[in-house]
Amino acid sequence: MIIQGDTGDWEIVIGLEVHAQVISNAKLFSGAATAFGAEPNDQVSFVDAGFPGMLPVINEKCVEQAVRTGLGLKAQINLTSVFARKNYFYADLPQGYQISQYDMPIVGEGTLLIDLPDGSTRAIGIERLHLEQDAGKSIHDMHPSKSYIDLNRSGVALMEIVSKPDMRSPEEAGAYLTKLRTILRYLGTCDGNMQEGSMRCDANVSVRPVGSTDLRTRCEIKNVNSIRFVQQAIEYEARRHIDVYENGGEIKQETRLFDSVKGETRSMRSKEHAHDYRYFPDPDLLPLVISQDLVDGIKATLPELPDEKKARFMAEYGLNAYDAGVMVAEKDSADFFEAVAKGRDGKTAANWVMGDFFATMNSDAKYTWTNPPVSAENLGKMIDLIKDGTISTRLAKDVFIFMVETGKDPATIVEEKGLKQVTDTGAIEKAIDEVFAANPDKVAEVKAGKDKLMGWFVGQVMKATQGKANPGMLNELIAKKFKE
Amino acid sequence: MSLDKAAVRAIAELARIEVRDEELDHLAGELSGILHFVEQLAEVNTDGVPPMSSVADLTLPMRADVVTDGGQFAAVLANAPDGVVEDHGGFFTVPKVVE
Repeated sequence: MIIQGDTGDWEIVIGLEVHAQVISNAKLFSGAATAFGAEPNDQVSFVDAGFPGMLPVINEKCVEQAVRTGLGLKAQINLTSVFARKNYFYADLPQGYQISQYDMPIVGEGTLLIDLPDGSTRAIGIERLHLEQDAGKSIHDMHPSKSYIDLNRSGVALMEIVSKPDMRSPEEAGAYLTKLRTILRYLGTCDGNMQEGSMRCDANVSVRPVGSTDLRTRCEIKNVNSIRFVQQAIEYEARRHIDVYENGGEIKQETRLFDSVKGETRSMRSKEHAHDYRYFPDPDLLPLVISQDLVDGIKATLPELPDEKKARFMAEYGLNAYDAGVMVAEKDSADFFEAVAKGRDGKTAANWVMGDFFATMNSDAKYTWTNPPVSAENLGKMIDLIKDGTISTRLAKDVFIFMVETGKDPATIVEEKGLKQVTDTGAIEKAIDEVFAANPDKVAEVKAGKDKLMGWFVGQVMKATQGKANPGMLNELIAKKFKE
Repeated sequence: MSLDKAAVRAIAELARIEVRDEELDHLAGELSGILHFVEQLAEVNTDGVPPMSSVADLTLPMRADVVTDGGQFAAVLANAPDGVVEDHGGFFTVPKVVE
């Protein structure tokens, strides 16, 4: 995206840091539970509360989840990595430091392909992924003079996933987050729920004149809790930078907060320089050394990931890039589609799943992937009935609605409701004759060259057969009749 | 490497330790002394020697992903400034943090 300023054209440079809560039963360095929504401070060990003398012991599942995510991002896995202390003081950080990884993260450079609206893809670099502890939660609105602290989240494992500054528009940033969330969900390493805060995003934004390749001072926008807000925040921030530069000002590096009500960012605090965190290797933890066998073992259990699934859907079922991208956006929708499409025409299956099925699915919150409006099995059977000529596509729309209402098998519905399409030439011809006899003036008009009226005849005959006439045969027979 | 007064003041601030101005000179001297002592290590050529993380040949022990702890908010809050107070519903309380 290019923004036109008063002095010329500007380009946005965006890098994203995503904090993804690891799916595990226990925390990164303690045996306390990670479940969301427990009573305050009820899932806290003395390690999480920073009590003196408590020693962290790493949870092997969290290590495996980080490796799994790294493999999903086609990234380098570092068999030796080191935990470091990031020192800062805040009320919800009882240790006075966060155990994180600094110069030796568990995962190095990788790649993520973003899917753009026109069906094309673009590679965004991953800089690194490291493991670290989450902080507790501060609640500021429950008491007039005090903040409340809940340490249930303290010590839960996070993966900080850092992109390279490769994105150039809010749309690309949105596509990156969407794709990353999809991959995390496929892998089962993070539930990707931004509202509950299990996936959080900080955006680093700067601008530069088009054609320039140097990076200007960036600002970091913290903890924006939806993809839409991330995009809004980036756009606002980029325009703010351009305004400042064009009025002869300078951008200073700082952390900013996005106000979703006003749609603007505002200064939060001057960003401490990296050395202010005084990182040093955590003396309580030896280097984390994992074996290539462990990595290979995890690699062998990776599911088919969205990019591969998309390519296969295009090759196997003949879907275009956009449709395939929509199908694989969620593993559940991909599985549903595949159950419908298996052994059938892929494009027909895609049209039904993306059309009537998605529309119904989204029309009512009671529908979920475990309780879909129509089962994949029944939708597939309905497509078979279209294929073998029992019903037309037009009648199938009605069958679909009855399936949603009753959950019955489509063949049963066709039987009960008498929705079998009429393919008997004699019956259709009879209906055509009746319509012709009732409208001699219009017949004359068509014969005089008013071809547009043909459609009107098709509609009338269709109506006379309660929509059951086979549309292909009907068109053919009407055309033939006019030629007589 | 020697530390001047400004560096000592910055470090004290980061560590949230209150240091009076008249103490800065003395502390700068002491801290610089410690740094000079440690700097003797730089005389040893360590090219190509990987950093040693432990004198014993140990690897990081790992734990299974099983919930073995928690469910003890009263013990966790026992030393909190306000303790376990009904009004505060099991939360720690701190002076209001305003961002």
